[in-house]
Amino acid sequence: MVAKFKQCYGSGITALTHLGQNYLEVDHSLIPDILRILRDDEQFDYCVDITAVHYPKREKQFDVLWVLYSFARNERIRVKTQIADGDSIASSVSIWATANWLEREVFDMFGIKFDGHPDMKRILLPDGWKGHPLRKDYGIIQQDNEWVQINLGIESGQ
Amino acid sequence: MTDPNALSPLDLETPDKTFLDANELVINMGPQHPATHGVLRVILRLDGEKVLGLECVIGYLHRGVEKIAENRTYTMFNPYVDRMDYVAAVSNGLGYCEAVEKLLSVEAPPRAQYIRVILTELNRMASHQLWLGTHALDIGAITPLFYTFRDREEILKIFEKYCGARLTTHAFRIGGLQYEAYDGFEQDVRNFVKFVRPKIDEYEELLTTNRIWVERTKGVGLISAKDAIALGVTGPVLRASGVKWDLRKAQPYANYKNFDFEIPTGVNGDTYDRYIVRMAEFRQSLRIIEQAVEGIPEGPIMAKVPKVMKPPVGEVYHSIEAPKGELGYFIVSDGSTQPYRIRVRPPSFVNLQALDMMCRGQLVADVIAVIGTLDIVLGEVDR
Repeated sequence: MVAKFKQCYGSGITALTHLGQNYLEVDHSLIPDILRILRDDEQFDYCVDITAVHYPKREKQFDVLWVLYSFARNERIRVKTQIADGDSIASSVSIWATANWLEREVFDMFGIKFDGHPDMKRILLPDGWKGHPLRKDYGIIQQDNEWVQINLGIESGQ
Repeated sequence: MTDPNALSPLDLETPDKTFLDANELVINMGPQHPATHGVLRVILRLDGEKVLGLECVIGYLHRGVEKIAENRTYTMFNPYVDRMDYVAAVSNGLGYCEAVEKLLSVEAPPRAQYIRVILTELNRMASHQLWLGTHALDIGAITPLFYTFRDREEILKIFEKYCGARLTTHAFRIGGLQYEAYDGFEQDVRNFVKFVRPKIDEYEELLTTNRIWVERTKGVGLISAKDAIALGVTGPVLRASGVKWDLRKAQPYANYKNFDFEIPTGVNGDTYDRYIVRMAEFRQSLRIIEQAVEGIPEGPIMAKVPKVMKPPVGEVYHSIEAPKGELGYFIVSDGSTQPYRIRVRPPSFVNLQALDMMCRGQLVADVIAVIGTLDIVLGEVDR
């Protein structure tokens, strides 16, 4: 499978194994093509999870990850890509319907926008909230005081 | 060209005239509604009594568990996971401990594995009992609630005797167990199995052929196997649609591969089948517990793990079959004592996404039945 990908995409894709788990590191321009191929040709029909990790010191600050599973092969694979702060990435809602809420959560927590998402808005935090809590520069007790004061009528939630 | 993997189109007639000449009625259900078991707000779009669509508003219980994790050590974060799916705290703990063990490349000793499996399966039963009682109550059958809570108490008593807590147990530690099984643990478990087996028949007697129950659940909240997979639905909900998939079999963790049990599945993917699947899961859990309690080996209960845990740099995804579905932990370590990032893949959150699809075209009263049958815990949806 990996050999075939290499042929098509060359250096944009690297296959790695860590602790017995396989993952592909791909260039963000290959998303969502590679995801579609994984579903259509390689039977990864179940998108388990979509998440992100923030590395503020890196030039491309965010890792975006897809955890995929194939019922037919009983295999898991992770697809990982890097994007810079402020960049958006192609949505995979048209590939797996489950991506809808998962991508909204990534947007909510990290501020990463997904292009082509049918309803890109916050999911866990209230709509008017400022800031994205899972970024490393967001403090553990930090909150949107203005929102708290206006909507809850209290000085601070702490 | 139509996409073969797209969700099934919904067959809805568009009304030209509706109640009070309004084309549609938008109403709020929740966030404080007795049938949502927590704080879930559902915005329903109705045509008379028929649901045209709905939107879930969640996040009322958001506590930022993933953010907290980044500011705690691996050991300190362990009790926090109990507070996500608080009716199946033991399962949460198992998933977390195993994920960190994988990262540390250690394995819990066999004795610990057996005790873990017994407690986890007991917890699965407790979770299903709570689901059955409240789900039946929502639909209008009050009696099962008293039956299931009476029997669930026996499980909680075992937890209390084992670790002092009934709900948020914090039963497991990274590397094994903190506590040795108390004197008489095996006997208590054996007695419980003997006690509860006829009780499960009792629940079934109340409901399985009960005409009201059948009318309220058959054909309600349908979801096909294809749609369930596309929506990432897991657990009993997926199995009731006919997909024979259980992580305990597909990718065995702990020592589930040592036990003989079956994966119950349904055919129609409706609320009734999900009920049947969960009832069958009670019996399979009992089978596992019976085998495990007879096979507990002697030996240590804790693997050699350092007091100050610094897992090597790397990342791992580990998931288990929690009572609600696939519960996954994705952990990134930067080599320090605190996790760089922990992502929890919550089964309830992903399953809840299917609510819209399952309720369309149904009556508004069936929304209650479908929320119940999804078996969501808002503590886990919002984290």
